[in-house]
Amino acid sequence: MRVLVTGASGMLGRATAEALLARGDDVTVLQRRPSGLPCAEVLGDVADPAAVARAVRGQDAVVHLAAKVDVTGPRAEYERANVHGTRTVVGACRAEGVGRLVHVSSPSVAHAGAALTGVGAEPADPGTARGHYSRTKAVAELDALAADSASLAVLVVRPHLVWGPGDTQLVGRIVERARAGRLPLIGSGAALIDTTYVDNAAAALVAAVDACGPVHGEPFVVSNGEPRPVGEVLARLCLAARVPGPRRGVPFAAAWLAGAVVEGAWAASGRRSTPPVTRFLAEQLATAHWFDQGRTREAFGWAPHVALDEGFARLAAWYAAANGTDAGAR
Amino acid sequence: MTAGNATPVPPALPGLDPAWSRHLTVADRTGTEHDWHVLDNGVENPVGTLLCVHGNPTWSYLWRRLLAGAPAGWRVIAPDQLGMGWSQRLPGLRSLEQRVADLGDLTAALGVTGPVVTVGHDWGGVISLGWALEHRAQLRGVVLANTAVAMPPGDLGPALIRLAHAPGVRSAVTVGTPVFVRATTALSRPPLPRDVRDAFAAPYGSAARRRAVGDFVADIPFSTGHPSRPAQEAIAEGIRSLQVPALLLWGPRDPVFGERYLTDLRGRLPHAALHRYEGASHLLPEDAPQYATAVAQWVAELPDPSLPGSALPGPADGGRRPTPAADEDPRPPWAALTERADDASPAVVEVGGSTVSWAELNRRVERLAAGLAATGVRPGHRVGLLVEPSADLTAAVYAVWRAGAVVVVADKGLGFRGMRRALRGAAVDHVVCGTAGLAAARLMGLPATRIAASSVRPAARRVLGAVRTLPEIEDAGRDAPVPAVPSGDADCAVLFTSGATGPAKGVVYTRRQASAQLALVRATYRLTGEDRLVAAFAPFALLGPALGIGSAVPDIDVTAPGSLTASALAEAVSAVDATVVFASPAALRRVVATAPELTAGQRSALGRVRLLMSAGAPVPVGLLAALRDVLPSAEAHTPYGMTEALPVTDVSAAEIAEAGDGNGVCVGRPLPGVEVAISPFGPDGAADGALTGTPGTAGEICVRAAHVKDRYDALWATERAAARPAGWHRTGDVGHLDAEGRLWVEGRLPHVISTAEGPLTPVGIEQRAERVPGVTAAAAVGVGPRGGQVVVVVVVLDGSESGASGRPRARQARRLRMAVAAPDLADAVRAAAGVDVAAVLVADRLPVDIRHQSKVDRRRVAEQAGRLLAGTRRRAAGDR
Repeated sequence: MRVLVTGASGMLGRATAEALLARGDDVTVLQRRPSGLPCAEVLGDVADPAAVARAVRGQDAVVHLAAKVDVTGPRAEYERANVHGTRTVVGACRAEGVGRLVHVSSPSVAHAGAALTGVGAEPADPGTARGHYSRTKAVAELDALAADSASLAVLVVRPHLVWGPGDTQLVGRIVERARAGRLPLIGSGAALIDTTYVDNAAAALVAAVDACGPVHGEPFVVSNGEPRPVGEVLARLCLAARVPGPRRGVPFAAAWLAGAVVEGAWAASGRRSTPPVTRFLAEQLATAHWFDQGRTREAFGWAPHVALDEGFARLAAWYAAANGTDAGAR
Repeated sequence: MTAGNATPVPPALPGLDPAWSRHLTVADRTGTEHDWHVLDNGVENPVGTLLCVHGNPTWSYLWRRLLAGAPAGWRVIAPDQLGMGWSQRLPGLRSLEQRVADLGDLTAALGVTGPVVTVGHDWGGVISLGWALEHRAQLRGVVLANTAVAMPPGDLGPALIRLAHAPGVRSAVTVGTPVFVRATTALSRPPLPRDVRDAFAAPYGSAARRRAVGDFVADIPFSTGHPSRPAQEAIAEGIRSLQVPALLLWGPRDPVFGERYLTDLRGRLPHAALHRYEGASHLLPEDAPQYATAVAQWVAELPDPSLPGSALPGPADGGRRPTPAADEDPRPPWAALTERADDASPAVVEVGGSTVSWAELNRRVERLAAGLAATGVRPGHRVGLLVEPSADLTAAVYAVWRAGAVVVVADKGLGFRGMRRALRGAAVDHVVCGTAGLAAARLMGLPATRIAASSVRPAARRVLGAVRTLPEIEDAGRDAPVPAVPSGDADCAVLFTSGATGPAKGVVYTRRQASAQLALVRATYRLTGEDRLVAAFAPFALLGPALGIGSAVPDIDVTAPGSLTASALAEAVSAVDATVVFASPAALRRVVATAPELTAGQRSALGRVRLLMSAGAPVPVGLLAALRDVLPSAEAHTPYGMTEALPVTDVSAAEIAEAGDGNGVCVGRPLPGVEVAISPFGPDGAADGALTGTPGTAGEICVRAAHVKDRYDALWATERAAARPAGWHRTGDVGHLDAEGRLWVEGRLPHVISTAEGPLTPVGIEQRAERVPGVTAAAAVGVGPRGGQVVVVVVVLDGSESGASGRPRARQARRLRMAVAAPDLADAVRAAAGVDVAAVLVADRLPVDIRHQSKVDRRRVAEQAGRLLAGTRRRAAGDR
């Protein structure tokens, strides 16, 4: 099968491309910088119609991961990468006659800030989603689902908090902060959160490529199915990276307020770096969000194969191997 | 058929399907046409019709859940009475007689020809019954909720309605302002959501639209001269002749129609099944939404009137039918008293108080029974007991039985409010009180006659309202005949469940069932006249005479098992030279802790005890070993059972050791004559499978035996749910049988954790977690939606138990302190648990029931763990 993976420079995109390659698929990847993967590659921006058309042409399926994932920055950048990028990919799929599109989204598109406990994949809502990332991803998901048709089967996969060796988004940032002694434990640290070890998420996306067709027009949540208190997740990530664990005791209200102030200051100063805390982050770290993935397992014929403990062990081994290279704290 | 002046029902009222809503024009007997609004589920060729009549000032919206959950094949019709809801407004007052006729005209117009069950609430009750009496041929049953058909003599009418009736007040309150309309929905407990309250008020937006609300109140016949009085009285008397099944659904917190209205209705419909929804108020269909399921079940199970014998109404509250009279009369509980009428040895010894011999006790019981009968205690009357365990209490209990009356035992462990609810719910006719009990009974406002257990000074008697004292009754019984022996199938006792979760349930035993229980206890523990008992556990302290053995009442607070010290136990044991001790594990823990203070003489008395029975929960192995030092000759036994059936099984300490570890607590094999079966779990965690004895199959434990309760009291729906299949009792416990026929208890049904992979039971997980060093107690609970829950284990660590101080109730009320466990502890508990554990939490203690101090309230643990694990509840202010 010929499969295009967009956004293969990220951890999950790369793992997905590798998993497809490993089972013998004919894989093409699309991203801005060379990936180093042993497969066909198109370099370009996902919002550039010409580059996308070139990458999409002749594919049986597209796995669309390319997105701007962050907690700060101007809305326009998110709009361009997430909304226009997705529209460009969807348009190219239609124009080039691709039959299957697996759109990678995020559970945060349906998260209005209150605790999510054991829920399924609720509809995306740009009106209530929190932060630029979630809102633009919500718009993108609705756009992608709207394109679901007899000729193009669209399936949405929402992996939740993907982490693993080499991760710069989640693990890298947590470890960097912990090393600097500014990883706060917001609230009681008890909020149960689901996370996904990267190999499980990649396997889910491969399973989604196969399921796409008979299953379509629907969002699916993917996680390890092992929710844990957020404090414990942070502590175990830090333990694996051999950095000090989170500091205790920043009340949620204080963290949220600090996030609001900091976001304002960052925006006013025009800084491009990531602020230490944002309102979105405060909520993410203080509110439960774990999911019922029964429907996903049933529809994809998939189940996580790397348990949480095994994932932490692999992460620890990776940090041990990378010891001295500072690979985790880019 | 839509009339010109029809007012449309607003769209999108919560819970109301617009498709049910219809208008039609019906001519009344004067030929005047009226536009009616009716909710109608529109079932064609129905099995029957439910005719639902609302009261004032509600409308058919009240019955939406019954329309949504109609019994299969039944049509449900709920009209808005004329002038009310969305039906046409009237130029003047509509009398009761007219309203009954109107309803008949409407059902004729709607083509209701087949069987009908009427359903009425508030003043809709009397109108529905009026219809019922005029349509006897098609009437199949009547359902009534918080209503009245008559004002008991001298009654001024429900106080609140009466207030609204006062001249000048009525029009202002009911018509001129929406106060009455709004106040009615404000009575709801728990409070109704705003959108539902608005829906009730929607048709009554202006004074003109409220006119009939005032007229309705005006038509309530408070005075004998009232024009509607004859119609009301005809209905109130007429229903005494109704031969159809009746179901009464009652919200006891109703400030409008109090207990006396329920009592009045039960007097007129003595065969009616009753379900009291504790906590519910006047608007029962709102306060107890589950009423709709109960009505649907009751209707679906109505007997077919074409079958012979089916016209006989079923027993009240769905209890078992009396055993055929062919059975020999059961051995009465006072049999041993008669047999030992000349025995001067002690029957009951109060430690530090009096001693009563068998001969004295027998004499006293006979005189008291005769005196009770002579002073108005009739067979079947219910007698509440608010007396501390004592020789007086023992005598009173056996006298009440001898007089053919029913003892109602509400222990202090229920708390004042729980006792009030229990005694009011059981509708006690008399109450026997100690001094504290008299004050409590007065505060409870029980409509029962009060009997003081001992002499009281005249002044105190006036204040406390005691009508008689037991000594006076005993005197009165000296010359009165001893009453005839009552039927063995009559009720003899109402006991209450511990109320650890939810209101305590009344459990009714007949004398035959109680007799079977006593025989089973005697046989199981080989009790003979040579044995003597010390029971530190109510109400077993009362059973010595019935078991035919002498007993001592230890000097302790029976509601605080922790107050039994080793020397208090030893004093009670030596007072009767006891051979048998019955106490809870909590009490035994205290005994072990205070053992060093025992004298040599006390140790020697304790050394003669041959049998130790632990109540409520098995004695942990460590405690058993420690007890061997205190009670060296005692064989430890734990009966398993519940208020509804005790004992079911028995297990000795040796048998527990032999059984080893398993998923749950081994409670031994079913006793002779007791059948135990399992109703297996389905994938959703409900235990509804067909009964099985297959080893290893987990599900709800079900019991059948001669000594199982007769029924729950005034809880028709609960009884129906528990007595499935007929003759069995569903215990609410979950567990399995093993290949050796032993029963293992794995927890309570509501505490089953419903995961995506299927149900998990808590006890096995807890036992494994408790083996982790440093963990003294554990509770395994589910967090999240059923069918997708994750397991959370809450542990108490060695040295952190702060529960030993303070009064039980204060301790219960205090909030639990809970936090996420350190990673090492979490790892250890996860490794031990044997299932995936999402979170390990540490608590300062676990909440336990007051009666046994041992049953963990996992629901409360789950609620609090769920809140903690949901993270912050604060919705960020100033959302972007």
